[in-house]
Amino acid sequence: MSSTEPPEDQRSPDSSAWNWLLLVPIVIPLSTPLFNHETPRLAGFPLFYWLQLAFVLLGVGCTALVYNRTKRRD
Amino acid sequence: MPSASDHVTELVVFTLLFLLVSGMGFAAARWRRAESLDHLDEWGLGGRNFGTWITWFLLGGDLYTAYTFVAVPALVFASGAIGFYAVPYTILIYPMAFLVMTRLWSVSYRHGYVTPADFVRGRFGSPTLALLVAITGIVATMPYIALQLIGIEAVLKVMGVTGHLPIVIAFLILAVYTYSSGLRAPALIAFVKDTLIYLVIIVAVIVIPYKLGGWDVIFGSAETALGQTNPNTGAPKGSILLNANNQLQYITLALGSALALFLYPHSLTSVLAAKNRDTIKKNMSALPAYSFLLGLIALLGYMAIAAGIKPIGKDTNTIVPSLFDQMFPDWFAGVCYAAIGIGALVPASIMSIAAANLFTRNVYKEYLKKDATPAQEAATSKITSLVVKVGAVLVILFLDPQFAIDLQLIGGVLILQTLPSVALGVYTRWLHPWALSTGLIAGLAVGIGMLYQIPNPNNGKEHFGGSAYRLSLAGFDTDKQIYVGFVAVLANLIVAVLLTLVLRRAGAPDTPDATRPGDYTVDRSPDAPPPAASGEPAAVAGD
Repeated sequence: MSSTEPPEDQRSPDSSAWNWLLLVPIVIPLSTPLFNHETPRLAGFPLFYWLQLAFVLLGVGCTALVYNRTKRRD
Repeated sequence: MPSASDHVTELVVFTLLFLLVSGMGFAAARWRRAESLDHLDEWGLGGRNFGTWITWFLLGGDLYTAYTFVAVPALVFASGAIGFYAVPYTILIYPMAFLVMTRLWSVSYRHGYVTPADFVRGRFGSPTLALLVAITGIVATMPYIALQLIGIEAVLKVMGVTGHLPIVIAFLILAVYTYSSGLRAPALIAFVKDTLIYLVIIVAVIVIPYKLGGWDVIFGSAETALGQTNPNTGAPKGSILLNANNQLQYITLALGSALALFLYPHSLTSVLAAKNRDTIKKNMSALPAYSFLLGLIALLGYMAIAAGIKPIGKDTNTIVPSLFDQMFPDWFAGVCYAAIGIGALVPASIMSIAAANLFTRNVYKEYLKKDATPAQEAATSKITSLVVKVGAVLVILFLDPQFAIDLQLIGGVLILQTLPSVALGVYTRWLHPWALSTGLIAGLAVGIGMLYQIPNPNNGKEHFGGSAYRLSLAGFDTDKQIYVGFVAVLANLIVAVLLTLVLRRAGAPDTPDATRPGDYTVDRSPDAPPPAASGEPAAVAGD
């Protein structure tokens, strides 16, 4: 167990409001109307392809941010 | 047909690299050496001590298999946009695993759990439910191992190597070093595997579009080719965008596959080998690097269309190796083939370890020899891992490879049915174990029943023709399709919830929970050595 003070309430130590941010990279890549289009193209890639590849960065960004914000400081 | 004498350089490069990693596999027994490998934690989980980098390579090597590299582009080649589901699938998996896997790691570390069924056994106090989860895991994993052989076979076919002997030899080597080194072998080989894969793909996405005249040309010829009418269905073969009928399928397939991937026992094996919670969390934001790679790999399917590649026989799995053969000098094509071949070894090894651990922990120790010592457990797992691999080879030798592909399709649907007990179990034990068992069986029945109804017009099969279920088959007036696994797991959940309500009202007895809330957040600390090192669960109910 960590030696820091226990949280003021009885919630589990790994619960944090930041975790809600993890919903973003789950919901957006499943929203097909958002990216099921051919234009605008980027370097010859139809939107359908380049935008979904860009969602990888969205996923990295959100998980990295949540990791950083919920890290145990000890 | 290709002939082996035209591919001497490729064969030499392939064989040399293959032998190099085999040597590493044997040497791995001495790497980060433990006092003895006669313990499941050491042999099966590498001592639960892998840091961020090793875990990144190990999980990457485990989740992105040779079959993925061959089959995803093959699907894009044949059907277009729907095959790109692999990208959203491998994006949304990590935020989910970020929360669930961290908790599962903690509780497993605290109690010495090695398999998902171990956790279910402790959490719900039901050996029956644990057995169902274990059997589902083993049955779902076996064809996945066989598929890795199909990945190697596709490469060999393009090099003109016929007959099954090379595959048997390759798997024999794999079996022996997995036996002697355990999880340390795939962990060490994964470095080579992923370095080669990254090298191959980065070169491929620069060189091939340059040779073909750019991405505009690639997407343009894909659009034209997919727009042609498929004589077997009377409809276009596919399209580079989703159509009205496969959007729901795209969404449910991506979500269902993501949920399934981390339920596979081999994923948990790699997660549990991590040394602390931080390692897992960091990996969940670093692993999407592979998703980016997978997106580019998927596009090899369109490159193959633009390059006019024809599959060997009717086997679309050969298009990626054929593309490399046409586009690259022989020596580099050999490197590409080695990347795919070694890409098969890493997951096959981890999968056989995971299946063996399930048998050892949840069948052997639970039902056959309750007082098994840690050394006996490790010995049983080692032997079982051999048996599992021999089984995979027999599937390839004596059955149609298409059969393994069908089984794998079913496997994904099967493993999803462990979601309520494993993934939800990490958060709540409100669902009653009897209801969970019934739900699991109901989900299996619904899933297999639906898959049975699906025909494949391209090869004339009437059953098990794919995982896309036309809602019209169930009497709905629409041509929309949905992923079978998604429907099956919904059925599973509905049964589990309803039956729990009934059981609770009828006063069914509750079962003991060996875990406590604090167990889900424990972390490794210098002053508290891993309880698992004793080989016994650290805590039982009520202590």
